[in-house]
Order: sequence, then C-alpha cells, then structure tokens
Amino acid sequence: MSMPGQKHDERITLLHGAGGELQGELLARLLRSFQGSRRSAGGLGLDELDDSGSIPLPDGKHLVFTTDSHVVQPLTFPGGDIGQLAVAGTVNDLAVMGAQPIALSCGLVIPEGFPIGELERLLRSMDRALEEAGVALITGDTKVLAHGELDGLIINTAGVGLAERLITDSGLRAGDKLIVTGTVGDHGLALLAHREGLEFETELESDVAPINHLIMRALEAGGEGITAMKDPTRGGLAACLNELARKSGMGLLIWEERIPMKPEARGLAELLGINPLEIASEGKAVIGVAPERAEAVLEALRAHPQGREAALIGEATREFPGKVILVTEVGGKRFLEPPLGDPVPRIC
Amino acid sequence: MKGELHFRDRAKAEELARLIRELAPEGPIKLVHVCGTHEITIAEHGLRSLLPPQLEVLEGPGCPVCVTPARHIDEAIELAKRGHILATFGDMARVPGSRMSLEEARSEGADVRIVYSVTDAVALARRTDREVVFFAVGFETTAPMVAAAVLDGLPANFSLLVSHKLIPPAMEALLQNEHGIRGFIAPGHVSTIIGERPYQVFPTRYRLSVVISGFEPLDVLYAIALLLRQLREGRPQVVNAYPRAVRPEGNRRAQEILSEVFEVVDHHWRGIGLIPRSGLALREEFREWDARVKFGLDLKREKGDDQPQEALHPGCRCHLVITAQVTPDECPLFQRACTPRTPYGPCMVGEEGMCNIWYRYGGRPKL
Repeated sequence: MSMPGQKHDERITLLHGAGGELQGELLARLLRSFQGSRRSAGGLGLDELDDSGSIPLPDGKHLVFTTDSHVVQPLTFPGGDIGQLAVAGTVNDLAVMGAQPIALSCGLVIPEGFPIGELERLLRSMDRALEEAGVALITGDTKVLAHGELDGLIINTAGVGLAERLITDSGLRAGDKLIVTGTVGDHGLALLAHREGLEFETELESDVAPINHLIMRALEAGGEGITAMKDPTRGGLAACLNELARKSGMGLLIWEERIPMKPEARGLAELLGINPLEIASEGKAVIGVAPERAEAVLEALRAHPQGREAALIGEATREFPGKVILVTEVGGKRFLEPPLGDPVPRIC
Repeated sequence: MKGELHFRDRAKAEELARLIRELAPEGPIKLVHVCGTHEITIAEHGLRSLLPPQLEVLEGPGCPVCVTPARHIDEAIELAKRGHILATFGDMARVPGSRMSLEEARSEGADVRIVYSVTDAVALARRTDREVVFFAVGFETTAPMVAAAVLDGLPANFSLLVSHKLIPPAMEALLQNEHGIRGFIAPGHVSTIIGERPYQVFPTRYRLSVVISGFEPLDVLYAIALLLRQLREGRPQVVNAYPRAVRPEGNRRAQEILSEVFEVVDHHWRGIGLIPRSGLALREEFREWDARVKFGLDLKREKGDDQPQEALHPGCRCHLVITAQVTPDECPLFQRACTPRTPYGPCMVGEEGMCNIWYRYGGRPKL
C-alpha cells in the first residue's frame, strides 16, 4: 500500500488557494523558486508574507505595496460586487500595515462575450469604493480571453500607500489586548447563503468595504500602543489569529462569547455545519493594542459607523507560544487551530 | 436561538462541572461514548478541560467510516474497476483499503462518485444505463433510509454493497477483554431508532450504566454526571437523558422496515475484528440488489484479514483508538506524520473519527 503523503503526480488543488495551512505550505515552497533575485527591498519582503511589502524612504516613512486578484463568483452578491471587493481587498491590505492608501492599479481579464454594460456597472461600483476610500486609480491593463478559456471576470488591483510607522503581523507583546472591529464571517456566509439559494431566509449581507478611515481612527487613538493589525479574510478569524500568534510567538487567549457575530450568520453556519470562525470577512480588522490604550481604541472604533460593533475579544500571553486558546461559551478551553482552508471557494 | 442558549448556559455548565468533580472517584476512571457527534461536542466546546484529570471520556467505535473493514473497501474498488459506477460518501472514498482507497482507484480511472444519500445514488442510476453500486455504510441511523429505498423499488441497474453495522454489539465487544470501562454514553441519533431496550444488557450482564444523551454541551455534561452518580450509588441502569428526541421504544416503523429488508449477521469491524450479530445483510428475497451476489464477488481472504490491525500502516494505533484503549495524542504519529491531508489510518480520515476531530478542534488541550 502507498504511504500517506506520497503523491505520484502533484497538482494544485482548490485547497492550495483557500487561505489555510495548505496554502501556507505551498507559498513557502514556491518562494524557494526565487533564489537569485532579492526578496526584500530593505523593508518587509516576500519572506515575511505580511499583508503588504514595504520600501523604506529617505524621510523615515515607508512606501507600502500590495497586490490582489479577485475571482469571486457570482460577480454580484448580497451586499456588494467584484468591483467593490477589488478596491476593498487592496485598500484594506495597505491600511492594516498602518499605511494611508494613495493609489491603485486595475488589471482586467475579461472573457469573450461578457456584456459591456455589466462591465461598466461593475467599474462604476469600483469608482464609488475608490471615492469612499479617497484613493486614486492611476494605471491599468485590459485583456480579453477567448470563449471557454475563462469562466468569469478577474480583476487584479495593486496599491501603494505611505506609513509613518509600519504595523506588522509579528508585533504583539504579552498583555496586549485584541480587538476585532465588527462582526465576523459576514462576507463568506452571505455568499454561501446566496449560492445555496438560502438568501430569502436570511438578511445577511457581505461586509465588503474599504476600512482605511476606520483604521486611521484606531491609529490616532492608539498611537504607539497599536502593535499588530490584520484583516480576517480567507480562513477567517481562526486563520488570522493563528498567524498573529505564530509570527509574534505569543499565545492568544480568546473568549468565544465576546466575538461579535450576527445572529443570522451564527444560525446559518450552524445550519450548514461550518465553523463561522473559519469564514472570511471583507471589511473587518483584528487590532493588537497595549492594554492602557485598549479602551481609547475601542471607543474611537465604536464612534465610526463601520466600527459600532467593535469588541475586545482576547489578549496575548506568554503561555502556549504560537497557539490560540479559545475559552468556549460554556467555559471550556480548547486550541483554535488554523483551518486547512476556507470551506467556501471563490469568495474573493 | 433560544433553545441553543438554554443548552449552552455557562452557569449551568459550571454547576455540572462542579458536580462531576464531586462525584468522580479518586482513581482513574474511563467512560466511553460511541458517536462522532458526541466527540465533536466534547472537543468543540472544550468540555475535557472542565473534567477532573482522572476522568477520561473516549470515543470507541463511533465512526462508521473508520470501522468499515478493508475487505469491503477492496470489494468496492473491485466493482468500480470492473466499470461500474461506485457511489459513496465523501470521507468513505478517502479511507484506504488493503492496497488503496477509492479515491486512488478513481485516479487510476475507476468511476467513483460522491453522493450524500442513497436517494442521490438511486437518482444517479435513473439517469444512466450503467450499473450504479451504492456502498451502504453506517449504523442504525442510515440503514433505515437504505431499507426504505429498497422497499420503494430500485432500478434494475442499481445494487447495494452493504456494510451496515449495529452499535450495541460493538459496545459489548469492547467489554470482552481487559477494558477498564465504567459506563457508556449512548448515541442519541442511534437511540431514536432503537430505543432503550438494546442497552439493557449492560446493567444486567456487565453491571454498567448507560445514559442516552443528546448533543449539546449540557447534554453531555449531564450524562457524565449521571453515570458518575450511578457508579457511586452502585445502581447500574439505562437512563434516557434525551427524552426530547428518544422514545423508550424507539422508532417502531424504522425498526420494522429494517427487519423486513435486512437480517442480522456476524460482521467484521476494522480495529476490532469479528463481532457476533453486529451487522446487516440483505434478506434472501432482496438478494437481486446485493452487489456481491449480482456480480459474484468473492475476493480471496488474505492472511491477517479479520485481525484488529488488518490493513493498518505500521505504527498506526487506530485499532486502539476504536477500542477506547488510547487517546489520539498517545499515538506518536498523531498531528506529526498523520494529519487529515496525510492520514495513516481511518480514524484520521473519517470526519467522525476521534483523530480527525481532535486534529480539527484542537486535540486534548492540556490547559
């Protein structure tokens, strides 16, 4: 009999792109292909696998740079569409580095036969999201693929921003509090409900939105006290917290009952038998903050319309370095493991 | 979700945990449940961290995919390789037989389809001229659906590879050797079908209590407290602690169609071996739907077939997990070499297997 893990013929599977453990392993392996070139330009580089890379500038600031391809199906879903998502995804990846996003690019890959009116509608939606974020669109590229070579629209955006101080995934210190800026899992669950034909039974909508202004409020209120930030996209809160724990070497103690979740999201996840903590949000961030600034940050977040449901969900400890410990609603404790992958494909 | 809050009340959970600590004897004590859903409740809610250290709650043979003998998987692969469509549940396809899994057979060209129920498989047969074989695995919960499908009438190009099993005989099999088991938490789902009576053998013959339990965290904590109280009082009995779903007599209609379609036979359990009167086979009058008869399947028995360790990788302790003798973290392969992506044994493949559940829900937290 063949040994476990042995593969005659290794191929990419959907799980390789699902934001979980398997994707992490694939990335680590693929990065080894880049040997001769430089993997950093003096700041954060490929090896950090943070939300963005960075380049130190002569004035002490940091130019922050990131890219993201969006393939969501369907293109329009409850609460948003691919245009809005393409802006939010990249703007938020810049913002959680502590950067003020400045400009984006837009690369379109369009299948033959795609209605031009529909494309215009999606780009107008992009326009509104750019306006909301206060970010310019300054360059782009358009490709058309023959019928059958592509089953949907792909939008790639890259973006640059400027940060006074970089906020990385690895910055948590013992005693830091963890804040989530609002309800988790809305995006993935809204898409799933829509695809399963359950949308008439739930009011759930995607939370997709650029949240750079919200994050700026937190940065102003927290100052040097903000030690880490990350957006819980693919793999959800479980993947996000595990990454923060692993990269900082801290143990994270999380109280399940304090995690904000819409009742309809919780109900839907239970109905579908999936763990809502492994489901993506597209308009939320997890923020690590020194204990003495936690209240001020929470207050600043709650004063902003996008942060009304912000909550303090846990803290960093020296116990169980690199692990996330969940205190369950009945008072038990267990490890919250990183998911193998987001259970819902093509959500972003 | 008012019901949910009621069964997940933190103050009540703490009260039950305190009661469990008071009632637990001083020495080591082992309780066994036999259901993947109970294991998920225990792991997901971190209930083990609420129990005193000397008290162990183990899963036993509660994962139908895990206890399906390698020989039956080999038979399914053989049928698929002969060109028939083999329809099965998703995690069944990934469990290795003695040489390979159905999934591996598929990569070699066999037509293996994933379905969610026997109804899906029948519908598949109605859409094709090719033979569809449904690999019928599962306990008393899934078998009635198969029986109902048989009674409803099946298409001529459809047959069943039956590997259905019965839970109470497997519980009894655990008690045949040195076991240390002091009580059973009986599965709520299975009990809705079979009722209370089949568990009566445990207090009568083995002086062990059985508590039928639901699947909310408070259900399970309550069942544990009841078992400990009966142990302390020396009054073993069968208690139905899930009356909101389980009637004392069970589901009569399901029992009737089960015995109309199936007869009870001796059966092999992976990880345990042969257990008398623990499986189901199609009755004589339904043999035309039996894939083994229809296609003259007679795989050669091999040395070591029928042994508890049959077709397990060297070092895999799945047979000891299934017989409630070790916990997953007592296996040196667990979480290191053996993961859901690179499983060594069926307990890491089946989504109701204890190793798989511990992997997904954080294992035993030494918290």
